[in-house]
Amino acid sequence: MNCKKIAALLLAGTCSTYVAAEKFTAVSFGGAYGETQQKYMIEPFMEETGHEILFENYSGGIAELKAQVESGNVLWDVMDIEVIDLERACSEGLLETFPMDTLPDGDDGTPAAEDFSEAALANECGVGNIVWTVLFAYNHDTIKGGQPTTVADLFDTKKFPGKRALRKRPQVNMEWALIADGVAKEDVYTMLETEEGQQRALDKLATIKDDIIWYDSWSQAPQLLNDGGAVMVQVANGRIFDAIRSEGKPFEMVWDSHLYDLDVWAIVKGSKHKKVAEEFIRFATGSKPLSSMPLVAYGPTRESSYQYVDKEVIPMLPSSHLDEGLKASSEFWADYGESLGEKFNEWLLK
Amino acid sequence: MSAHLSIEEIAHSQKQLRRKKLKLFAFTLPLLCFVTLAFLAPIATMLYRSVYNPSVSQLIPKTLVQMEQWKTVSGKMPPAEVLTTFSLELRELAISRESGKLAEEVNRVIPGSSSLVKSSARKIKRLSVEALTEGQGQQLLALHKKWNNPLLWSGIKAQGSVWTDRYYLTATDLTRNQMGEIESRDTQIYLKLYWRSLRIALLITLLTAILAFPLAYYLANTSAKKANILLVFVLLPFWTSLLVRTTSWIALLQTNGVINSTLQFLGIINQPIEMLYTEFATIISMTHILLPFMVLPLYSVMKSIDPSYFRAALSLGSKPMPAFFKIYFPMTLPGLSAGALLVFIISIGYYITPALVGGTDGQMISNIIAFHMQSSNNWELAAALSSLMLGVIILLYWIYDRFVGINNIKLG
Amino acid sequence: MSRFPRYYTPLQKLGALSLSSSAYMVLAFLMLPIIIIIPLSFNAEPFFTFTDGMLALDPEAYSMKWYAEILSDDKWILAIQNSFFIGICATIIATFFGTLAAVGMSHSDMPFQRAIMALLLSPMIVPLIITAAGMFFFYTQLNLAGSYLGIIIAHAVLGTPFVIITVNAALAGFDYSLVNASQGLGAKPTYTFFKVVMPLIRPGVISGALFAFVTSFDEVVVVLFMAGPEQRTIPRQMFSGLREQISPTILAVATLLVIVSALLLLTIEYLRSRAERIHSGEL
Repeated sequence: MNCKKIAALLLAGTCSTYVAAEKFTAVSFGGAYGETQQKYMIEPFMEETGHEILFENYSGGIAELKAQVESGNVLWDVMDIEVIDLERACSEGLLETFPMDTLPDGDDGTPAAEDFSEAALANECGVGNIVWTVLFAYNHDTIKGGQPTTVADLFDTKKFPGKRALRKRPQVNMEWALIADGVAKEDVYTMLETEEGQQRALDKLATIKDDIIWYDSWSQAPQLLNDGGAVMVQVANGRIFDAIRSEGKPFEMVWDSHLYDLDVWAIVKGSKHKKVAEEFIRFATGSKPLSSMPLVAYGPTRESSYQYVDKEVIPMLPSSHLDEGLKASSEFWADYGESLGEKFNEWLLK
Repeated sequence: MSAHLSIEEIAHSQKQLRRKKLKLFAFTLPLLCFVTLAFLAPIATMLYRSVYNPSVSQLIPKTLVQMEQWKTVSGKMPPAEVLTTFSLELRELAISRESGKLAEEVNRVIPGSSSLVKSSARKIKRLSVEALTEGQGQQLLALHKKWNNPLLWSGIKAQGSVWTDRYYLTATDLTRNQMGEIESRDTQIYLKLYWRSLRIALLITLLTAILAFPLAYYLANTSAKKANILLVFVLLPFWTSLLVRTTSWIALLQTNGVINSTLQFLGIINQPIEMLYTEFATIISMTHILLPFMVLPLYSVMKSIDPSYFRAALSLGSKPMPAFFKIYFPMTLPGLSAGALLVFIISIGYYITPALVGGTDGQMISNIIAFHMQSSNNWELAAALSSLMLGVIILLYWIYDRFVGINNIKLG
Repeated sequence: MSRFPRYYTPLQKLGALSLSSSAYMVLAFLMLPIIIIIPLSFNAEPFFTFTDGMLALDPEAYSMKWYAEILSDDKWILAIQNSFFIGICATIIATFFGTLAAVGMSHSDMPFQRAIMALLLSPMIVPLIITAAGMFFFYTQLNLAGSYLGIIIAHAVLGTPFVIITVNAALAGFDYSLVNASQGLGAKPTYTFFKVVMPLIRPGVISGALFAFVTSFDEVVVVLFMAGPEQRTIPRQMFSGLREQISPTILAVATLLVIVSALLLLTIEYLRSRAERIHSGEL
């Protein structure tokens, strides 16, 4: 090889790495979940590719996303989004579509289309990341009247006296109220579409209204359980798992009728780093990075990740309890989220 | 006589005055422009957004034009050509992935139609233009029985008007029925929240007045040296960050917070009392935060009242209480009213403290505005709610200016 | 009971005593919540309350670790930098425009004085939630949301009313014949402004600037609605901290902020006494 060729190659090499090193922003939900993503997805990706990721927290919802896309001032590139918001964001054209056929095979060679759970690839705009769930938990030390095992027990203040902490929104609470009132899980959403069903749920909630503490963010739930503010709390499973495993708190999870859903990686419409963002999502949803999610009690969406997961932890993952649970209906909440939100607020003010 | 000015002299002085006015105006102009652009224009945009709602008319313009002939009152379905055009436009929206925008808008008038529009759009995307034109909208009607409901179509038509008072109606718990008449909504929430905000603001104003009065009186009537030292204790909270003061109240009021553990330690209570995340928490922390705004104007007024009036009344045989209410109290009114209006105006629009310590029953109208801005994405409704609140504030501001004078605001 | 004048009746003494005690109780109500967080910020445990060890004055129950945590957390460091950067920039803009306008406004010959004053002071009266909502709509259209410039402009506008008020107050006792005298002696307007007017209103300008700075430094609603992740400020960080993970780090930050406000207060008070002396002719 002559010198010129080497020089040209070198130049091309440096140029291409220079061009390729991009800096983009990813947003997620923070807490222990965000830290795990930082450690097992963001940092390894930066190390491997040389790209730089600004990893930030947001509080969910699509308001900021909508504002960014509509103004053309796109600040975020990749986002971790709940399916409940994903449907809406995708159909409003706020997200890019993701080329699902480019997803890599699992580490054991299973093709991506089979490796991922069906729900994880159901939406054209994003790739499922984890299964997470909302369940209720109680504190062994403060609970009186035995051990609650069903959602009906949550509504039974006679048998289990004390405060219950619920998140202040209609989601989950309306479903649980109907289930506790004897409605079969599969009928919950059809019933909630009717005026009578909605009223029935609110009436059921009203039976324990005086014993409810309403909170705004998931992190408050373990705190309330810990400081004695409540004997039972509604909580995202990861938060309570964290309190049990790393802080050794005497909390117990109740899996009955838990409402599970997926979190998804998606790309913001109009992102200037679309290609790298896709590369990141392919990386982050690989078997190995996804297998870190059980550290915070969330179930990976691909089968091949479970080979890396601690056997002891598997029973504590929502993915092991899908039969006991109910899939939160993003379609229902897209339809009735706003009107029920108003009704719920009205009911709260009564 | 020289006292009479000649016409030229008058003209000259008027010209000078005009020039002077222009010069003074030139000083103010940069800020006027700045405030207009950076502050008034955003507020105006928001007012505009609460009545101007073009998105549906941009999404399905042709359908809306054809719908003009169709009377919603008739209770009949719109003609076939409307259905055809709508099917074609829905197909376009599905292809450009904008059907969700339409779905959200329609869902606001008829809850439950978001998934209807979205799923229909997905299915209609697969049909060809020719098939849809030929089908005269029958494919759409076959997709879901909800499309056969004239109410849905009148909802789409209503949502299609560019100028709307709908958000103001919603913001006052009203709605327009099928016949276009205004009636009260099923869900009654916003008026209640306005009343609650007014009630909380009034209560806080009252509490600050009750607390501030003895303190201001004491400060005004003690030695100047002592007053200056004690004033620091009023001014330090005034200068301390709002977030810091809210944090302190969280630390104080928590279930295992300072107040509860002190009371338990003293044996006054056995079980901790719920204080945080209640209306009580909102009221007490806001009273604390706004108290300096009441103390300072009261103090400055009281300091200027000559105590000899009061003493004169006493020495003329009046009893202390009547003398106080007849002589002294009326003289403090300018300070009291200034403080009261200031506290009231500030507290009615407060957001941060209720959001952090308020829980459910401590929420105010500003919290629901934030909810519609950040969670439900109903920005138009948020704008309408804000505009109504702005109306109340401007009214109070006008009263303030009328009776106290906006120029009399003093700081520190 | 020699504190009371001798002619006081027992009832009057009781009245005076209850007045002073209620005044001190209100002062305690004002101060205690602020003071209480200072010892709490040295809590060795991650709680918002006094532990038994703290009450027993056990040195082990106290620790500086929450302060160390602020310094080791990039997010807090960024927030501190942002708060000062945004605050200082906003203060400069607000002080410049505000002082200029106040000079015009304070003169009785100013046309439409009342209406313009109401307009210029409106950023102070309109509730922040409304301002923030409006700015969110408008600034996103201009591509200013999520940028430093946007936040700085927003904060500058919120700070201007305070500058106008303080400078106006400083100008209240201003003798305009001094300007005439200066110009009569042949001085240029800019020279007159900086050499004659400015020294007299300087305390007002500085305290106005401090007010503008505090307005920005303390502001969270606009930041909440408009700022991107890179523009997080101290109050914004505190807000999400209080909403999400309550940790005594917030108490440590709060303690530092109390110190900052105490310093600001001392500066303002010094300036005010100076201004009073200027007006009474001592200086």
